[in-house]
Amino acid sequence: MMLVEKYLPLFVAIPLGGAFLISLLGWKKRGLPEWIGTLIPAGLFIYSLVTLWATTKHGIVVHHLGGWSPPVGILIGADGLTAFMLVIVHFVAACVALYATDYIKKYTSPWIFYVLFLIILAGMNGVLTTCDFFNLFVFMEIASLAACTLVAFGTERHELEAAFKYGVMNTMGALFILLGIALLYGYTSELNMADMANIIAAKGPGSKIVTMAGVFFLVGFGLKAALVPFHAWLPDAHPSAPAPISAILSGLIIKSLGIYALFRIFICVLGMTPLLSSIFLFMGALSMATGAIMAMGQTDFKRLLAYSSLSQVGYIVFGLALGTPLGILGGLFHLFNHSVGKSLLFLTAGSVEYATGTRKLNEMGGLSNKMPVTGTSSLAGAMSIGGIPPFGGFFSKLIIIFAAVQAGHIGYAIWAVGTGVLTLVYLMKAMKQAFRGALAERWQAVREVPMRMRLAMLILAFVCLTGGLLLIPQLKDLFLNQAAKVLIDGRMYSKIWGGF
Amino acid sequence: MILYMSCFVLFCIGLYGVMRKRNIIKIITGIIICEYAANLLFILIGYRMGGRAPILAHGTVIENMVDPLPQAVVLTTIVIGLATTIVLVTLAIRLYEKYGTFDITKIEELKG
Repeated sequence: MMLVEKYLPLFVAIPLGGAFLISLLGWKKRGLPEWIGTLIPAGLFIYSLVTLWATTKHGIVVHHLGGWSPPVGILIGADGLTAFMLVIVHFVAACVALYATDYIKKYTSPWIFYVLFLIILAGMNGVLTTCDFFNLFVFMEIASLAACTLVAFGTERHELEAAFKYGVMNTMGALFILLGIALLYGYTSELNMADMANIIAAKGPGSKIVTMAGVFFLVGFGLKAALVPFHAWLPDAHPSAPAPISAILSGLIIKSLGIYALFRIFICVLGMTPLLSSIFLFMGALSMATGAIMAMGQTDFKRLLAYSSLSQVGYIVFGLALGTPLGILGGLFHLFNHSVGKSLLFLTAGSVEYATGTRKLNEMGGLSNKMPVTGTSSLAGAMSIGGIPPFGGFFSKLIIIFAAVQAGHIGYAIWAVGTGVLTLVYLMKAMKQAFRGALAERWQAVREVPMRMRLAMLILAFVCLTGGLLLIPQLKDLFLNQAAKVLIDGRMYSKIWGGF
Repeated sequence: MILYMSCFVLFCIGLYGVMRKRNIIKIITGIIICEYAANLLFILIGYRMGGRAPILAHGTVIENMVDPLPQAVVLTTIVIGLATTIVLVTLAIRLYEKYGTFDITKIEELKG
């Protein structure tokens, strides 16, 4: 406990230090960036498991930055939800980094890739662990800027265009968030989120300033999470990035910067109201359907997956916004399944691009014969996202639909089932076009991707397959229930402020 | 109150620039205006009427000083704004090299 508490800032410090080290030495030492870039997420994954264990045992772990106590100092803390997110982030990031070691060789100067990758990791960890509102903004900008640069990594026409769009939209989102923070600071004279929650609760509901700040946060984090009216950047930015970064963007960034921050603030700090909840339900349902319908007509493999992300994020927001224990459990579980499954699908799309040089689905066909590992793991990811038992995605969607019925939203439940069917249709169509059928003449010379890329995909596919095991009561208590508890009782978060 | 409201007016001017202008450089300028509006609001929130600079020296009495926290915060956002502007301008230069124009309606190949 003491050790976990003491070393909590390492989640931010180690990736930042690694990025510094690589930019100092990496450009002349061959192989060093790959080693540092893979070992850091893998090591932090083990540490995040320790943090998870500590939060299960003690509830909340708090670190006083620099030894300064509040109200002067800044707090860094981890509760069940943070630990849950940290485990997902580091697991996926470690697999992606392993994959990138081979994939990134086709670009010049891979060390820049690893520098930016580690900065993204530091930014995401900062957003997840910080208890200070302004720190959240700073880390969010760090992660978004590094991601924006990585979208433009190939410096081709489309990549630059997508990166510019992403940069403008995300900066505007961040500025809306900054306005919201300024208003809340004026209202509460406090930047610590836990204490802010206390003050807002003490002043009572119905304040116009809090409502206005809420609107700004809705727009800002809505842009970060790509909820439907604010989603225009996502289908451009996610396919344009190199495959490992697409996996990070779709699997982790829109979740930790968007969904995690959105619900942390609306449930734990501002307090959820029935009106807000119905707005989120509507936006979630709209995202689900828009993403699925747009994905139906896509011919670009990665663009199809990006639209699918939009749709699945809708499911997550929908589940979390239901507000019932079952709905929140389903939303969080779907977040886990989608992180793993969609990262895997983006990695397999990257493998296909690596081997054949194309992303057009109608040019592929029969690739399973030449690339069995990619084909199989891609199918596993598609089945998990599409919701076929016994893959994890099936159970999470089932829980969300049950929760919607239980909460009395029959219409939304039918809507979710219908979207689920659409999801299955477009994913299976893509799988069929890419991997089944006869092998075209021009792909006769295609070879399976290198070993480390295959290993990363197989690990993710294995987790996709066994994801449903997390619902076993012992594992559920450890992993999902801890996180769900934080969101079910939002006021618990203010305990971080504790006895100060 | 008018001062606070004028911050939001400034923000809306920036937002108009981002949404309606076709030139990339003007869009970036719009973002910078929005940034200034947000910073100005933060500084105004920390201001006390007739307050003095928040510097604690020997023999000074702490009374009627402006809130130092927003000033520290705004310093950081200015630096972040600088970084964002640099990235966006860099992208604009590279876009100009590839497309030969700053017109956003002509740089529109990603659709659907």
